[in-house]
Amino acid sequence: MVLPNIKKQSAMNEPQQSLLAFMLQESDKLLTQTLQHVGLTFISLIFALLIGLPLGILIARKRKLSGSVLGFAGVLQTIPSIALLGFMIPLIGIGAKPAIVALLIYALLPIIRNTYTGIIGIDPHVREAARAMGMSRQQILVRVELPLAMPVILAGIRTATVINVGVATLASYIAAGGLGEFIFGGISLNNTNMILAGAIPAALLAIVLDLLLSLVQHMSFRRLKMAVYILPLFVVGLSTFYLIPSAYGSRLVAGFTPEFMGRQDGDIGLRDTYGLKIHTTVISDAVMYKAAYAKELDVISGYSTDGRLKAFDLKILEDDKSIFPPYYAAPIVRTSAMKKFPELEKVLNMLAGKIPDSIMTDLNYKTDYLHQTPEKVAKDFLAAHQLLKPSRNGKQGTVRIGSKIFGEQYILAAMYSMLIKGYTDYDVATKTGLGGTKICFDALVNDQIDLYPEYTGTGLLVLLQPAPQLAKKLAANKEDTYQYVKQAFLQKFDIQWLQPIGFNNSYALMMRKKQSAELNVNTITDLKNYLDKE
Amino acid sequence: MIELSNVSKYFGSAKAVDGVSFSVNEGENLVLLGTSGCGKTTTLKMINRLINPDNGAISIKGKDIQQENPETLRRSIGYVMQNIGLFPHYTIYENIATVPKLLKWDTNKTRPRVMELMKKLHLPEELLDRFPAELSGGQMQRVGLARALVADPPLLLMDEPFGALDNVTRSSIQAEFKQLDELLRKTIIMVTHDVQEAFELADRICLMDKGKIMQIGTPSALLHQPANDFSRKFLDGQRLALEFRVSTLKDIWPYMRAKQTGIQRDQPDAPEEELHRTLGLPGNTSVWTALELAKANAQTNKVSFTALMDGFTQYQKAVRHE
Ligand SMILES: Nc1ncnc2c1ncn2[C@@H]1O[C@H](COP(=O)(O)OP(=O)(O)OP(=O)(O)O)[C@@H](O)[C@H]1O
Ligand SMILES: [Mg+2]
Repeated sequence: MVLPNIKKQSAMNEPQQSLLAFMLQESDKLLTQTLQHVGLTFISLIFALLIGLPLGILIARKRKLSGSVLGFAGVLQTIPSIALLGFMIPLIGIGAKPAIVALLIYALLPIIRNTYTGIIGIDPHVREAARAMGMSRQQILVRVELPLAMPVILAGIRTATVINVGVATLASYIAAGGLGEFIFGGISLNNTNMILAGAIPAALLAIVLDLLLSLVQHMSFRRLKMAVYILPLFVVGLSTFYLIPSAYGSRLVAGFTPEFMGRQDGDIGLRDTYGLKIHTTVISDAVMYKAAYAKELDVISGYSTDGRLKAFDLKILEDDKSIFPPYYAAPIVRTSAMKKFPELEKVLNMLAGKIPDSIMTDLNYKTDYLHQTPEKVAKDFLAAHQLLKPSRNGKQGTVRIGSKIFGEQYILAAMYSMLIKGYTDYDVATKTGLGGTKICFDALVNDQIDLYPEYTGTGLLVLLQPAPQLAKKLAANKEDTYQYVKQAFLQKFDIQWLQPIGFNNSYALMMRKKQSAELNVNTITDLKNYLDKE
Repeated sequence: MIELSNVSKYFGSAKAVDGVSFSVNEGENLVLLGTSGCGKTTTLKMINRLINPDNGAISIKGKDIQQENPETLRRSIGYVMQNIGLFPHYTIYENIATVPKLLKWDTNKTRPRVMELMKKLHLPEELLDRFPAELSGGQMQRVGLARALVADPPLLLMDEPFGALDNVTRSSIQAEFKQLDELLRKTIIMVTHDVQEAFELADRICLMDKGKIMQIGTPSALLHQPANDFSRKFLDGQRLALEFRVSTLKDIWPYMRAKQTGIQRDQPDAPEEELHRTLGLPGNTSVWTALELAKANAQTNKVSFTALMDGFTQYQKAVRHE
């Protein structure tokens, strides 16, 4: 997805701060994340070597096994990384362990394969000479086969390392840290500096490690001998980086999304307004609820209409000091699209006020937990409210609907699509799954899509970013927020906010129902008091 | 010293070696000769258990090799590979010192020994720290030989040790090889498919075809008493050259003695001492070698090319008429 002018656009929305200034300001975090990143990469590399080398040697000896072992490692390689991390949670929880396991799984194939091809590629006469001189199998392996296969094995290690540096960015999804925290935090916060502060070091890391290993790989046998002794020390040394701890002491563990971590109406507000001090890890929205359910986490930063709230038996802690601004959902449409499709406004407003919190939670539950398709959920809802009409198969232009990459947005996009097709002569193209707010919004501004559902709170705090004072004042009132974003968007971006759909999908802190009852924690203030007592 | 009895090896249904029996005496130089694919290498490899025979028994100094630990056995037998097979990641020094390292020799013992062999095999010392890829083919073969000789094994197996060389280098290495004191006391089994080389270096030749022994005997016996058509045909075409190689000065001396010394043929046989003094060469020198020397140093030599040729021709005539 190529979005032109991203630069220009984001520069417009952001306070004027240079990348360098940001990096200096966040240098502590940057250092920790970089060290964690290097550490994760090399710890998993060590384990991948411990498993991959013997396996590669084994299949070079018993070639019949090679097909199935390499095939299996190849299949592991193709599992999407997010899915793999998701599988890990019920098995090994969150944090470093599953991240290392996942990384090691990706590193395995190049190491096994290169060990194998390195050994079988050795001139058979050399191996025979080793036998003829009276070397035992063990001696042949250590003195002849491994040294001769070393350049190929090193090439495998090099590939594995570069893959690992890349995949390790995803470790931040499951609270394992690394440069992904900045990258994904920056994407959801619409903060280019933050993205770059994570992405540039990650890219540099990959390039530098690749370069270093390519030097080792192309060394002569004479130098290689030394390198082979030094390399393990180097790898082990780097992997200890991860152990540099971020010690914190509290019995409860919180897991917040990278976005929540960086927001005034998120972790920052919790500290400032409530004075909440809790051991916090960064984790992705995709696995957060599951981790709370599996008792890996105790407090999470969820969304109040999330279906998983119901599915995982979680309870929302009341925001008694109102730090979470209202997040009423409404479609936002570029003015040019409204002109092009005059009937659009009327149709989109058919959903206005139709979906309160409880209904939205239920709809989300159906997709997230019962695994119904967003289309089916949308269709059932429209049918139940006598809004469903068969498609007219219209040919008068195509309305492009976008959505962010989560279930609720998919459902809303599907509803709008059905309504437009049923009530107008327009055709519809849906571009769902446009990452976070930033990607969706840039797509709208740059005429890649015509509309998507947005939330008032997000419009205010992420896209407009007024002075903190004003933001705080506005956020206290639902109607004020809506009016402010409506006007500001029209002026600044030539984008229209239509009528709110009804529900308020705001941030919320959640706990397991059972734990909340046991500890008698019902509000965020209760939580703070409980933590302070310890 | 070595005894093969009825040894066979099959690869699938193909008989690579088919019921081979022979014995080699201590200090003897046996050459396995035959066309490509006749089973020479396979036979050789069975002697140090790189290949295990399907049938038959092999013993060294009366001990069945099947009872011995294969690694210990191999460390005690020098082996020169058909393809040299130097370790590309080892320096020349490390290559030569392979077996001493396996035998856990002290460096104080290994180093002088390696240096000694380098000198004997005319390998310049500056090669020690190089890698095999930085050597010429001839140098590599010498290193291969040094590697096999380093632990001074009583038995040496050599698979076409001069195979990969051009003719000039080849004959000079062969000549050096013959004079190498290291090899004098050793029992050697050597493989070649080059008839000239076999005649040059062998005490006895074992002629093979399709996994079977066709004839085994001295070069002269092979040349003059072929056991079958195969033996005869195998040497046809090179007969003259081979006659030069199997005939010695001692053989032709009676026919050139008169001209060289003035002593008549019917006088009592002259002692070898007389021959040596007159011709400047020992009596067991082959006519071929004497001819080559005569041609190379026409001035300084005590006997002329023509005189040798003359003697040889008369000897041949006489032999044929016997
Ligand atoms: N590992 C093997 N597997 C199957 N067949 C083999 C194997 N090694 C040798 N042979 C076959 O056995 C026969 C004898 O091979 P061997 O290597 O002993 O021949 P050779 O006399 O040494 O030939 P050359 O002069 O070409 O080296 C050949 O037909 C060869 O193809
Ligand atoms: Mg051979």
